[in-house]
Amino acid sequence: MQLDRIRNFSIIAHIDHGKSTLADRILEVTDTVSGREMRAQVLDSMELERERGITIKAQAVRVLWKGHQLNLIDTPGHVDFTYEVSRSLQACEGAVLVVDAAQGVEAQTVANAYLAIENELELLPVVNKIDLPQADPDAAAAEIAELIGGDPAGVMRISAKTGQGIEAVLDAIVERIPAPDGDPAAPPRALIFDSSYDQYRGVVAFVRVVDGSFRNGEGLLAMAQGTRFEAEELGFFSPTMRAAQTLEAGEVGYAITGLKDVSRLRVGDTLTALENPAADALPGYKDVKPMVFAGLFPTDSDEYPDLRDALEKLKLNDGALIYEPETSQALGFGFRCGFLGLLHMEIVRERLEREFDLDLLVTAPNVAYQVITTTGEEIEVHNPAEMPAEIERVEEPYIRASIIVPKEYVGQVMELCNDRRGRFDHMEYLSEDRAVLIYELPLAEVVIDFYDQLKSRTRGYASFDYDVIGFREGNLVKLDVLIAGDSVDALSLIIHRDSAYGRGRALVDRLREEIPRQMFDVPIQAAIGSRIIARETIKAKRKDVLAKCYGGDITRKRKLLEQQKKGKKRMKQVGAVEVPQEAFLAVLNLNENGK
Amino acid sequence: MSGVVRHLYVHLPFCAHRCGYCDFVTVVGRQGEHGTYVEALLAELELERPLLSPEVQTVFVGGGTPTFTEPEELRRLLLALPAAAEVTVEANPETVTPEVASLLRDAGVNRVSLGAQTFDPDLLVVLERRAGPDDVRRAFYRLRDADFDNISLDLIYGIPGQSSSALDADIDEALALGPEHLSCYELEAKPGTRFAHRYGEELRRQEEALEDYFERVVGRLTHAGYRWYETANFCRLSGAAGGRDLRAHHNLAYWLGRDYLGVGIGAVSTVLGQRWRNTPRLPVYAASLARGHRPPRELEELSTDVLQRERVMLGLRLDEQLQVAGIGPVLDTDALERLERLELVARDGGGSEGESLTLTPRGRLLGGGVTAELLA
Repeated sequence: MQLDRIRNFSIIAHIDHGKSTLADRILEVTDTVSGREMRAQVLDSMELERERGITIKAQAVRVLWKGHQLNLIDTPGHVDFTYEVSRSLQACEGAVLVVDAAQGVEAQTVANAYLAIENELELLPVVNKIDLPQADPDAAAAEIAELIGGDPAGVMRISAKTGQGIEAVLDAIVERIPAPDGDPAAPPRALIFDSSYDQYRGVVAFVRVVDGSFRNGEGLLAMAQGTRFEAEELGFFSPTMRAAQTLEAGEVGYAITGLKDVSRLRVGDTLTALENPAADALPGYKDVKPMVFAGLFPTDSDEYPDLRDALEKLKLNDGALIYEPETSQALGFGFRCGFLGLLHMEIVRERLEREFDLDLLVTAPNVAYQVITTTGEEIEVHNPAEMPAEIERVEEPYIRASIIVPKEYVGQVMELCNDRRGRFDHMEYLSEDRAVLIYELPLAEVVIDFYDQLKSRTRGYASFDYDVIGFREGNLVKLDVLIAGDSVDALSLIIHRDSAYGRGRALVDRLREEIPRQMFDVPIQAAIGSRIIARETIKAKRKDVLAKCYGGDITRKRKLLEQQKKGKKRMKQVGAVEVPQEAFLAVLNLNENGK
Repeated sequence: MSGVVRHLYVHLPFCAHRCGYCDFVTVVGRQGEHGTYVEALLAELELERPLLSPEVQTVFVGGGTPTFTEPEELRRLLLALPAAAEVTVEANPETVTPEVASLLRDAGVNRVSLGAQTFDPDLLVVLERRAGPDDVRRAFYRLRDADFDNISLDLIYGIPGQSSSALDADIDEALALGPEHLSCYELEAKPGTRFAHRYGEELRRQEEALEDYFERVVGRLTHAGYRWYETANFCRLSGAAGGRDLRAHHNLAYWLGRDYLGVGIGAVSTVLGQRWRNTPRLPVYAASLARGHRPPRELEELSTDVLQRERVMLGLRLDEQLQVAGIGPVLDTDALERLERLELVARDGGGSEGESLTLTPRGRLLGGGVTAELLA
């Protein structure tokens, strides 16, 4: 296809504003799928995405419209995935910005719009869901115009659900989004913007061809890594895989590599042809740094190798996930994993459990800390248990949070942010009724329970987005928990000194509830260094025996005993104390103010 | 050719009324069927007689309420049972008339287990017992009058609404009668019983308070000169009883892992590594035996491993030493050491009989948990 007949675009939106429905309607209107084949939200192929109503992985679908080839590159919609959105946007020249006619501009609308502008994309603003009774398209259009500049009248009004206005959107894509530029005659270059793994065909790379053209079967080279392989199949999604003889400049498609080792091909690398190699690689992606960490342990220690394999597979199409082996005295062998944020962590956990059939225990999350020891050494700590004893100072990541909220909830949001050591930066009104609050907050205060609190205090109206803005010194201490005198590594926390006492108290109380009584007294203590700041005792059981046992019920009593044994097996042994797995999540359930 | 089984259980399921907490196989009323049932029992006993040793040591007639059975039928049954050193019959207080007492005595019964449960009139109502406190005392004296010198009282504690002083009062009442033997059970709301439905919630709430009750029962009875020989069973010390060993020898056979034969509906037998349970349905049971067939049974093969586990589970309920020889493979030696350090289990290096285990008093209160941990 000639370059001027190609358009590459994304749809960006706040969660639930109708991105996937619009994508589906585009497939239908362009006859890419028939109505009969139409499943709701075709693009969300992963079962998990379907259930959560969010899209995790970018995928590209080719449709034809009035003699043009349009490549729709899907993007994830949630706060944790800014990095992936940005990656997808680099493969496009334009983006359709969708805003719900009833909700108006939300936090991710703003974040995504800015990302698109940073990537120099042409933005096509669209107000969706105009069929809803509570829709207020004019207000939403005014908010968009306020956000990105321009005239509210220029904002398209559609209903992806009913199909109203879809053709106009397609026309606008053709008319207003620039054709890709690139040199069809130059040596071929393509950006790998995503990948996935197929157990039979190996690594499948999703590419945007910039220059030249690639032929089926030719030898390819990943320029940064130096990996060589043969293009076993080239093609595109429409919406299922369609093989093609060539992929040409400006086009988006896939290359089946046959590579079985997922580490040999990295997203962000540039593909070129071995026979006619390009001189320079395309600018790649910068490495993202995970900010949230948690330990993942198999419930059944025999599953450790399976967990390792599963993480390796996930890592392939989730470049942001990092992991390193971790050994916990309490939980055995597992991995300390780094995530972009809490949702990312949750999705990784669920994918491991569902797609790989693993049963996992995930410890309470923490952030990355930069520690300067008394000897002047600088180290990054991902696990509270590894916090060195001799500390000069500790720095923790801070975020700049933007929270959009109806004005009647501004007070509640401020209170929450202040409780979480937030520093107020400023507030703007988006419209008469809605404000944007900008706060700087320690990320550590956000990773546990912040989002739920925000939602519950604003009856679900608040939307939230953040950027990490750097590391700052904090008055932080390591809080250890001792069960029957043994420090339990998996329960250590790093927290602000001011909240140490309250959290320690709450943690000890919660553990007293979670840990069943044993055959001996079990002291539970919270300590900072050698100083005990809270203590509780789980009193020993005084009776644990079945009253009656005679000839008629020996079998039943034996089975009860076996049940009791099985119950014990599910516990983790900490010294002589049997601790249920839930107890390791106790820190997640401490409510506000540590009470 | 004669058999090896020295312990015989006979089930008489009939009751005047089913108490709310009961989950035994019982049949209410049906006086007309008592004769048919006894007939079937005797037929089953006849079929299984080859299993019995010529020297049967114990016979236990349980229920139901055996003493509710039509007197003529009861007599016929008792007279047909093999002679044994210990012949026990269970009785409910309101059924013990002077006539029934002498019937039992004359038919060779030498031990009666009397279901007193409590002496508190209100708590008797909660348990849906028919007897009042006076009935309990009267029954006890009638048995003494009929020359019974081995009477056991059943007590239940942890009844909804029972205060600790009410428990003390019950123990006082029981001790005042001077029984040779006492069985004290914590009330269990067994799933599916009316009682669980009505009081389950309340029982769960008072669970922690009940721990205290068990200790109190043990403390008071041992203080009064009773031997706490099994988790829930107490007997007069032999020194104070003219050298007699007043433990329930029939039940002791269960706890020591001996073979036993059970006849009647729902009755369980364990013989030579096999365990079977008769059908609990009276018409099916009676019809099979009327045709000369064994009743339908559920059969369970007991592997060596299972038998060893049961040996530990049952043996540790006793105050006797449990010989490690023969059960070694099912013991978790790490757990054993841990439990020894916690002073829940005591290990005896052993004389001629080799190494043995006993639970300490606190270990016995926690016997279930200790056993679960001890088994590999």
